[in-house]
Amino acid sequence: MKDIEIKGMVSAHAIIAITILLATLAPTLFVDNYSVYGTHLVWLYSCCSAVAAVNIALYALLGVSPTPKRHTLSYKVTKLFRSFMYFGFSCLIFHGIVVLYGAPLIESALETFSFAVLLSTFTTLRCICMLGPNVQAWIRVFSKNGAMSIWDTSLQITTLCSVIGAWFGAFPIPLDWDRPWQVWPVSCTLGATFGFVMGLLVAPSWIYWYRKHLTYKSK
Amino acid sequence: MKKLPLLTLISWICFLFYAGIGIFLSGFLLVKVEVNRTSSCRDPLFSENWSLNIYSKNVSQNQLVDFCWSKPRFSRAVILIIDALKYDFAQFDSKVKDPQHFQNKIKVFSEYIRSSPANSRLYAFRADPPTTTMQRIKGFSTGSLPTFVDIGNNFASSAILEDNLISQMQKNGKRVVFMGDDTWDSLFPKHFQQSFPFPSFNVKDLHTVDNGILKHLYPSMKRKDWDIIIAHFLGVDHCGHRYGPDHPAMAEKLTQMDQVIRSVARLIENDTLLVVFGDHGMTDTGDHGGESQKETDAALFLYTPSMLVSTEQGLAEPMVVPQIDLTPTLALLLGIPIPYSSIGKVMVQLIPSGDLFDHNAQELQQAEALFVNAKQVNRFLETYSLVAKHLPQETLDHLQDMYLKATKNYIMLRDAFATHSPLNSQELKKLISDFHVYLVSVQEMCKVSWAQFHSLQIIVGIIVLVGSCVVCFIVSEFASIVESSYKELLFLAVFTGAFASGTVAIFQFFWLEFEAFSVLGTFTVVAQVAFLWKFNHLKNSNRYFLNRAVNIINTALKGELQMTSPLIVFMVFLLRCASLFSDSYIVAEEQVVSFLLSSLGLFILVHLTWYGNLLHSFIDGFKTTNPGMSSQQMAFVKDKKTMHVLVACVALLMFSLCLSHVFHGCRDEQVICTPSLFLAPLCTLQDVQLRNIHYVLSVCSLLTSYYLVRRWLCYYGNFNSHSLAVFVARFELPLLVVCICLFWAVSSTPEESFVNWQQFIRLASSVFPRVAFVLFCLGIAAVFWNPLTVFVKPKVLSEEGPITQSYRASGCVSPQAELQHLIPHIYQCMRRSYQVPKEEGESLKDEYYQPTVEAFGLGTVYSAPMLLILVLFQLLLALLHPEGLALSFLLMLLEAFAILQIHSKTSSLYRCRLYSDKFSVPWCVVLMWALASTQFFYATGHLPTFPSIQWNAAFIGFSEGHSNQVLPALLVLLNTFSSCILLAVSCPLLLFWPLICEPSNTAKSGSKLGELKSDNIPVMEMKLRDNPEYFSRALLQLMARYLFIHGAQLLASVCAAAILKRHLMVWKVFAPKLLFEASGFLVTSLFVIISLILIMRVDVCLTRWVKQLIPVDSR
Repeated sequence: MKDIEIKGMVSAHAIIAITILLATLAPTLFVDNYSVYGTHLVWLYSCCSAVAAVNIALYALLGVSPTPKRHTLSYKVTKLFRSFMYFGFSCLIFHGIVVLYGAPLIESALETFSFAVLLSTFTTLRCICMLGPNVQAWIRVFSKNGAMSIWDTSLQITTLCSVIGAWFGAFPIPLDWDRPWQVWPVSCTLGATFGFVMGLLVAPSWIYWYRKHLTYKSK
Repeated sequence: MKKLPLLTLISWICFLFYAGIGIFLSGFLLVKVEVNRTSSCRDPLFSENWSLNIYSKNVSQNQLVDFCWSKPRFSRAVILIIDALKYDFAQFDSKVKDPQHFQNKIKVFSEYIRSSPANSRLYAFRADPPTTTMQRIKGFSTGSLPTFVDIGNNFASSAILEDNLISQMQKNGKRVVFMGDDTWDSLFPKHFQQSFPFPSFNVKDLHTVDNGILKHLYPSMKRKDWDIIIAHFLGVDHCGHRYGPDHPAMAEKLTQMDQVIRSVARLIENDTLLVVFGDHGMTDTGDHGGESQKETDAALFLYTPSMLVSTEQGLAEPMVVPQIDLTPTLALLLGIPIPYSSIGKVMVQLIPSGDLFDHNAQELQQAEALFVNAKQVNRFLETYSLVAKHLPQETLDHLQDMYLKATKNYIMLRDAFATHSPLNSQELKKLISDFHVYLVSVQEMCKVSWAQFHSLQIIVGIIVLVGSCVVCFIVSEFASIVESSYKELLFLAVFTGAFASGTVAIFQFFWLEFEAFSVLGTFTVVAQVAFLWKFNHLKNSNRYFLNRAVNIINTALKGELQMTSPLIVFMVFLLRCASLFSDSYIVAEEQVVSFLLSSLGLFILVHLTWYGNLLHSFIDGFKTTNPGMSSQQMAFVKDKKTMHVLVACVALLMFSLCLSHVFHGCRDEQVICTPSLFLAPLCTLQDVQLRNIHYVLSVCSLLTSYYLVRRWLCYYGNFNSHSLAVFVARFELPLLVVCICLFWAVSSTPEESFVNWQQFIRLASSVFPRVAFVLFCLGIAAVFWNPLTVFVKPKVLSEEGPITQSYRASGCVSPQAELQHLIPHIYQCMRRSYQVPKEEGESLKDEYYQPTVEAFGLGTVYSAPMLLILVLFQLLLALLHPEGLALSFLLMLLEAFAILQIHSKTSSLYRCRLYSDKFSVPWCVVLMWALASTQFFYATGHLPTFPSIQWNAAFIGFSEGHSNQVLPALLVLLNTFSSCILLAVSCPLLLFWPLICEPSNTAKSGSKLGELKSDNIPVMEMKLRDNPEYFSRALLQLMARYLFIHGAQLLASVCAAAILKRHLMVWKVFAPKLLFEASGFLVTSLFVIISLILIMRVDVCLTRWVKQLIPVDSR
């Protein structure tokens, strides 16, 4: 049972990682003078949308998300609306935290917000896909002994890795090297992306390694 | 509470750190005292008491030699300084087959030397460390060895006040034209007739300065309205920094320089001297600053179309010329006096003018030059040894003898020459060599005491600091062992240390030179080793340690998180220390520190969520393993409230961190940066409306901080007693606030607006601050004299109702607060119940509700005076700062409050704790406290650079200046380290706050120990009095932790300075940072001890008070 699930996770994660790679390369076909640093926002949006699309599609197909209690249309619409609302909230919260961390308030507000959107895509969107728009479930997953399946564990790991990646991404900004990737928010977005990809790779192997120790309570 | 061990241990730790800092700095900082006297041409060359050879007196007085060279060889000079022109760059070797990029590019030197050997000379030009441009310019212009800290009165500006070549040129009517590196302009402001400075800071820019010079150089030379042209090229140096010497760009740059020298040499005339030199060399990577030969050896090239050196003279020429020798040489060649504090030796081979062909006459001229030179050096030495005592007396005496002997010989020979008697050429040669030996030995002596890092002292200093950190860490982690057996530990340490250092001292006294540092170093190192050894011994024999270890393992096994949290905190701390090793991070330290601080705040939140301490009650049907969940309803409400408070506090912390960036200053290195508007004094603001808004804001923030503290004291019932401390809080603090506000109002009124009132304004602006100072001192004295803020209401035998009733009548406290006030009185009952054996507990129950004495404010008896002291200091320091920074001080108060709240909430959430660690403050919070102190150093507008010190603080209240040095130094020190002072003084609040804020009844104790009602009663800080053992232990631990964090930061900065002493930025970034860090540590430790003394004072008073009470009680 577990092995099959882990295999599924490996393939799902591989697909997401490859999507990020493709989303990085694809805009060269459409945009002139495209480069990750130069036209950073283009890269950022292409990456965001690709990851979002693939995540939604994948987890809808895999059926990881909780089965809906009711099948009425209004219920679905409310759920969808709440999902969007939570995503927006998380973008705003990330934006606020990033500004409190010392990001420029007015100068590059668009860049900062795009960075917040990227972080939300890597973290909140996956939560929404896997757990539904249910804050209590999120809190459960992000507490000790709260994971109920390997998917929850992988969610913990990827989220942690993205946030830590973004955190480390801020380190090179003050250095006087004058590189294009030291400009705000390039290093942070790259750090978050790198962290996310690392999380995608680490999660299955970590789960595989500790599969004997991981015991999940049933719901 | 044990007082002696606490004080001794903390002072012992401080002493160890001080010793380490002292030893390190004595090796790292080279101290020289500036002599502010100038030479002039009319200085007497022969002193009046020169009667040792009376027969010559008549002769010599007839033809007094001018102190300036009477017949200057050159009237004009072109000085080209090519930054970092290494000696290797200037050499030409045609045999090299495959030259590197920097080789054989400057051919002009060798061509001239080959074609006209009498007109040109090339030397290796040896600079003294530190080989950085600014120090080198200072060095060769003053002829002295500059050190990092030249003790003088020009800390504030970078201008050279010592006598130097440039000011001598200006004084003697030479027209100086300067172009190039703008460092010159700040070093010699208003010295140049014309100057074309170009920015030197951007190392990546190879061409701006050089092209700018080239634009002005040739036209200026052709205009002929100059006597001296100085051009300082930076391209080669910048190229070295950017690419290293072996790079095509360097070849290009050197070729360009070759062309420049060629064309300048072609342009100059017979009366002009061309001097080309590099101020220092570079290493193979293109850096400089250190003392390796690659960095010190530059090239010196001299050329003139007329004859420079008579080729027939027999003197052997040296190949290497010390850089300071250029100063007297240039001075004599140009006919200006040698700068007063120059210790250079004139390059004699250049002295005799080419038209003198008589060998003896030439040598006599050389001797004369040397005599003038020696006279000047001797005069400097005499003055210097009067000012500073660190030159060895024996050597000075010896040098004086040499000087007198040589001078006597010189005068004899001179007189002989004047009377046309035959000269003894043998004697003349000996005389010249005597002068040589004299001047060289003076240089050597000065170099030893001024210009060498003492690597041994640097290493010993670092070792001592590492040892101090280890000792401090051990004291903080094993506070109980150390405290219980501090006598043995310290006795052994001091005894062995004294023994070892005594041995060293005796040994040195008899066989070697006596050095204070080595004695101190031996003492501290041996004492530390003995301390650690003894501690290890004690630890092994102490069962407590084993218990503790078992406990730790148990908790780790239980899955408690105590092990992971320190890891993250340690990592953050490590990052903080590592950031001190990079100049970029030091420049951006404000951001770095607040980044780490916010990360710690968020980390606490995430950590609590992860372990379910924060949000577990949200999850329906999901039970955590937390044992304290017996009464769910209660816990739910309480935890939800705690969570809100905690989130709000973290938000407040981050918000105040973010806001505090408004008050930043700007370093030179930060290119895109404008200093905060709040940093300028109000009177400089032109816009009246803006000024009014700023004034109102500042006044409001002062009032707010006073109001907040008053509220707090009121809430906890510390506002009713008749003690002096409450008097201070009630009347003196408002008066102080009013004084400060009036002073600001007076000082910010523009002078022209009230012409008639000027006298009054002047008077008021000195009276108000002085009154404020006096009030502050009185306040501190009052708080120390009578720190108890307990209000006693004797002999009210009644139920709780009447008490609250009577209390409400006083109209000072809110209804919720009254609940809190009841606590102390119940505590009194509890105390009495403790005094009776437990078996009689039943019978005492009746007495339980019949108190004889009520005391209000006992719960915060320790923290109330701390808070008072904090506010007193805050007001004083706000007075010493520009008005706008009052806001920043309010922010500091809020941030401190946020950290304290986070701490207390967190510790109330960790319910299962070991009893021994009951009061201990976790590392995380102490680290946050220390980081906040660094962060507010920046947020109060300070920077770790010398020009940014706010000197205005010295003149607040003393606008006409000071008579002594102590008071202004104290004021500036208070101003500079205000954040260190405030956070160090309030450091013990970290221990008290969780007790003050503890929940009124814990669910856990309520369920488990139902029969013991006393556990339900929060006695707040009285807990500390009941457990004096744990109290002093926790206090010791807290202080040791705080000092450890500051000490480790200091160690990191010391190591950075020692390791990177060749770094480009060492004198600009690392060394100033080190000095600020060291003085910050000094101030912090001092104020930590002061707060410790205050707590002890409170404790003593409290004991006396309780003693007074008990007889009353038993009556």
